[in-house]
Amino acid sequence: MTRLASGGRIDRSRPLRFTFDALPHTGFAGDTLASALLANGVRVVSQSVTYGRLRGIFSAGVEEPNALVQVGGGTGSEPMLRATQVELYDGLVAESLNARGRLSPEPDVARYDKLFAHCDVLVVGGGSTGLAAALAAGKAGARVILADEQAEVGGTFLGGRDLIDGRPATDWLAEVATDLAALPEVRVLSRATAVGYYDQNCVLIAQRRTAHLGPAAPAAMARQRLWQVRAKQVVLATGAHERPMVFAENDRPGIMLAGAVRTYVNRYGVVPGHRAVIFTNNDSAYACAIDLDDAGLDVPAVVDVRPNPAGGWPDRVRERGIEVLAGQVVSDTAGGNRGLESVWAGQRIDCDLLCVSGGFNPAVHLFIQSQGRLRYDEILACFVPDEAPQAVAVAGAANGTFGLRDCIQEGLAAGAAAASAVGFGDGHPAGAPQVETVAEHPIVPFWLVPDESGATQFVDLERDVTVADVRRAVGAGMQSVEHVKRYTTIGTGSDQGKTAGINSAAIVGALLGQPVAAIGTTTFRPPYVPVSFALFAGRTRGQLFDPARVTPIHPWHVAHGAVFENVGQWKRPWYFPHDGETMEQAVLRECRAVREGVAAMDVSTLGKIDIQGTDALRFLNRIYTNAYDTLAVGHCRYGLMCKADGMVFDDGVVMHVGPDRYLATTTSGGAAAVLDWMEEWLQTEWPDFRVRLTSVSDQWATVAVAGPRSREVLRALAPAMAADAVSFPFMAIREGMVAGIPARVCRISFSGELAFEINVASWYGLRLWEAVMAAGEPFGITPYGTEAMHVLRAEKGYAIIGQDTDGTVTPQDLGMSWVVSKKKDFIGRRSHRRADTARPDRMHLVGLLPVEPEDLLPEGAQLILEPRQEPPVAIVGHVTSSYRSAALGRTFALALVKGGRDRMASQVYAPLPDRLHPATVTEPIFYDKEGLVRDG
Amino acid sequence: MSGSEHPDHLWRNPDPKRSYDVVIVGGGGHGLSTAYYLARNHGITNVAVLERGWLAGGNMARNTTVIRSNYLWDESAAIYEHSMKLWETLAEDLDYDILFSQRGVLNLTHSLHDTREAHRRVYANRLNGIDAEWLTPEEIKEFCPIVNLSPDLRYPVMGASLQRRGGIAKHDYVAWAFARQADAFGVDLVQNCEVTGFDLDGGRVTGVQTSRGPIAAGKVALCAAGHSTVLAAMVGLDLPIQSHPLQALVSELLEPALNCVVLSNAVHVYVSQAHKGELVMGAGIDPFISYAQRGSPHIIEYQLAAAVELFPIFSRAHVVRTWGGIVDVSPDASPIVGLTPIENLFVNCGWGTGGFKATPASGWVYAHTIARGEPHPLNAPFSLDRFARGALIDEHGAAAVAH
Repeated sequence: MTRLASGGRIDRSRPLRFTFDALPHTGFAGDTLASALLANGVRVVSQSVTYGRLRGIFSAGVEEPNALVQVGGGTGSEPMLRATQVELYDGLVAESLNARGRLSPEPDVARYDKLFAHCDVLVVGGGSTGLAAALAAGKAGARVILADEQAEVGGTFLGGRDLIDGRPATDWLAEVATDLAALPEVRVLSRATAVGYYDQNCVLIAQRRTAHLGPAAPAAMARQRLWQVRAKQVVLATGAHERPMVFAENDRPGIMLAGAVRTYVNRYGVVPGHRAVIFTNNDSAYACAIDLDDAGLDVPAVVDVRPNPAGGWPDRVRERGIEVLAGQVVSDTAGGNRGLESVWAGQRIDCDLLCVSGGFNPAVHLFIQSQGRLRYDEILACFVPDEAPQAVAVAGAANGTFGLRDCIQEGLAAGAAAASAVGFGDGHPAGAPQVETVAEHPIVPFWLVPDESGATQFVDLERDVTVADVRRAVGAGMQSVEHVKRYTTIGTGSDQGKTAGINSAAIVGALLGQPVAAIGTTTFRPPYVPVSFALFAGRTRGQLFDPARVTPIHPWHVAHGAVFENVGQWKRPWYFPHDGETMEQAVLRECRAVREGVAAMDVSTLGKIDIQGTDALRFLNRIYTNAYDTLAVGHCRYGLMCKADGMVFDDGVVMHVGPDRYLATTTSGGAAAVLDWMEEWLQTEWPDFRVRLTSVSDQWATVAVAGPRSREVLRALAPAMAADAVSFPFMAIREGMVAGIPARVCRISFSGELAFEINVASWYGLRLWEAVMAAGEPFGITPYGTEAMHVLRAEKGYAIIGQDTDGTVTPQDLGMSWVVSKKKDFIGRRSHRRADTARPDRMHLVGLLPVEPEDLLPEGAQLILEPRQEPPVAIVGHVTSSYRSAALGRTFALALVKGGRDRMASQVYAPLPDRLHPATVTEPIFYDKEGLVRDG
Repeated sequence: MSGSEHPDHLWRNPDPKRSYDVVIVGGGGHGLSTAYYLARNHGITNVAVLERGWLAGGNMARNTTVIRSNYLWDESAAIYEHSMKLWETLAEDLDYDILFSQRGVLNLTHSLHDTREAHRRVYANRLNGIDAEWLTPEEIKEFCPIVNLSPDLRYPVMGASLQRRGGIAKHDYVAWAFARQADAFGVDLVQNCEVTGFDLDGGRVTGVQTSRGPIAAGKVALCAAGHSTVLAAMVGLDLPIQSHPLQALVSELLEPALNCVVLSNAVHVYVSQAHKGELVMGAGIDPFISYAQRGSPHIIEYQLAAAVELFPIFSRAHVVRTWGGIVDVSPDASPIVGLTPIENLFVNCGWGTGGFKATPASGWVYAHTIARGEPHPLNAPFSLDRFARGALIDEHGAAAVAH
């Protein structure tokens, strides 16, 4: 065991059992999987992805490139978690991975939810800087959210031994946490990692809520939560990531980031080795040497690339008798199957732990996502935030401010300034606490230990990329860091190159003879850390993926055995089979009922747009191809609309229901698109129009009563409403009581038969339907669905927009020139005059009668003229609709055929897998061509 | 996977010369393939490809690498099928392993309407000599076992069309392969060279102004996707192209789970698993017009909801990176490849979501157009003047957002 007898923030009274690669181990509450593995002496945690090299835990945080594990047993395991981020729980099961995860086929039954929040100041990062910022902003009275990725706030200094006001920094931390808790407008989110920074200061935060509880997690509690926060001001206090050193054989287990080693010692009470060497180019790693020395490790040397490290930190280390090898580098290492055994630094030094520090990279990922720009700071030897277009401030180590005292001061100032910018406080923070500081000896940038031997020097541990790979990319002609990234795969792993990216840029620069500042970084993209698909999906799964819309009459349909069809978001009855009936039999029966008796259909799903205003008529005249000037109140008119390219877009009926007031219907699936289209024109092209549009699709329920006996049903329902053909002519609207319900009745027909559409407020829909069925019972009223409706309209040659058209069809192509005004302007009109749009041999809507009356052509079948078989074959059209007709006693179809109106009575062929199917081109109307049955 | 499988030499990094026979503006996949075919098919090698940033750093680096040719209309089918045939020998032609994998592209249908349209496309493809099959749900289960075929799905899978010859390739490698061979022919690939203006002599273009100085040109070929509108505007040409952000995302490396490419228009998924193991997935188009290579978070959220809906096994996978490209969309969602009203100035843009799969054919026909001064039969229908004439090739319905 390498656990210290005391110290750290773990609870030694709460041992937790876990397994790693099926071997049992024990850790403590407060451990991460990584700290517990180290405490159990587990040094090898994975094999690398390409070369299969042994790898150990390298860091203590999100930047971990090696310790990627599969976590979870029976209920489905989660791939590619970082052991450094997995909180230990009793019963945890983990397996090592070779940088490649496995998807568990077990269904994921966990709940993932989302929460939307607004605040004045969002502080990202709960280290010393972020806490100070949240405190300052909160005390000024601002509404603050502080998001911190760890289980407890404190950040890096939980792993340090700093003193604040002469006491351990953790005391100050506890006080700040208490102060924050007492501020009613401050909310602290723990285990909450800000993962994306979008426009308009929108920040996505992924919060882990139950994973640390393991099997004890309450089932009802969402496993993770995705916060979408809109903040007036954002303070990024995201800290910094330590840079590794790049040298030969630098990937052995036992080679770790110096700051991470401090964290393991001080926070978790774990020493990850027995004899440690430090390799650094800056002062920070000296503290690591002191911590390890205090923990009882043998620390034979600090290898410092700087020629004469002097001052506070080096002196303190030398005072302990630790040798400082100035101006030296670790140029090679040796080891075995348990990892590191010795390093070469001008001399061989036996050690099983090498703590490396190449300086720090501010964690600017979110800042870059916010569209901020970086500059390279020569003194700090890192990229730091520069200009920012959004309302964001960066403070602390994320801003290149590394000392604790300065971080707290900068955090306080940033918090106060952010609050003040949105009207809270005067922008002056309270005084900062006293922090002991030691004058630092400046960092000397150092990117690569020279090596002439061709030894393996890793740049990206997760993706197994070496300096040789970078050299090869540059040698091939690549000069952009983006090219090198793609050629070598540096930075493309699940760690997104947090420890590799800047080193790789510097090495590219060295190879090209350019400074790292000139090379720059690749682009940081969301998410900052990996986020599960399930969390992004949230509750939008299963039936909530796109909630189904149903009409008020839906329960009746279900009770009467309807088979449903998805039409857009709607569930519509497709047909109503009787016992033992096939679909074909049911549809033929329903069609016969409309043609011979009376039938009813729920048409509530039609889109309905209420159009009001003094310019409503002008608006309609521009949107629709036909004119509405002569449409009197109390009448309705069929309308067709085109897009700017002149192609048919949607259709419906426009009812003139009052002065300056119309109600337009749309296709069921097209309602939203039509409303968007109308609004786009109103808002962007005709903003001077006094017109208001309101979607009322769900406010009205509509029942179509169709068939020669429909008038008798209406009379039974509405005795006071004159329903004869003269009093209630075709395309007229009547308002009155129907079955005791206030109703608007239109004489519209989509089947060619006498028909009435009865509109009532939707909450009366079911009552109306039941009344219609009861009143129709003496006449044998039959409910019918969409399939019968399709057959009936096709018999009349009425096109269904979206089925018989596909965005390439003009009204003229449909043979509907009658609905296109020659007098007024409308959307699409100019396009109709284009040479190729006016061509006579365009695709026309025609009828088809298969030569064999029982031959049902499949919809979508392509049509050819010559019965040739070898492709490519010239296509002349395709079948858009195809049915069996009860009225015709045979099959028939509608089709779009090139120059179709000039091919009447000629033969076309549908080449299907079995054989050629011949059919004769006809007019697209098969039933009641003279329109004799419309009035009943 | 590392650099070791790539050639030792890809390209020189020359300074631009003062004059070229042909200057191609835009060093993306199409610009590079155009340069290659100009040299190989037409013997024109005094050519520069001018790239504002780094080679193939735009949509070529950002797409989801799906390759298929099962387009609805004859004109589209012809050019994409020509591309497919070029893909089938491209690794050999370019002497570069571009990881072209014909693993099959499934297009799922979820409604009667979808199914009707899929059948229509299958029938049309066959007549155009393009492989196309219809699969029932049982056959889908066989072909791609992890698709959720439950009838309880909000939009249950009703079937799928399948193009077995469809698949994926490694986008970067394709670009580098074209670049390397173009370079070998003597084409100058000039990076960090932004075109800032055009030199005109009457109605004729004679050269370009760039951030690296003026360059005279016998012919100038625009090949800058959405930014073609910006370039064309410099000579007063108004291209009918709108540019939108289109996001995509990738997971961590995973053991093999998905063996083909799956597209669904209705539930909006297009996904494949790359050779190394990451799931590569495209998201939806942001509706606003923008040249910013980033989009909105809700698009990603919806995308992953759709993915988990169709592939429950993806639930615990992680997104490690999202990014945005720019789709350049013409009024009929088909490309514009051909002449312009300005003599010796050519245009190739508007590929929208179809650009990657068209890379070889686009270069092939564009090179022909530039070399001969008239379109190749395959791109003749895709002329700029079709919008004035009305001979549209509307792929909105059939291509929609599928890739």
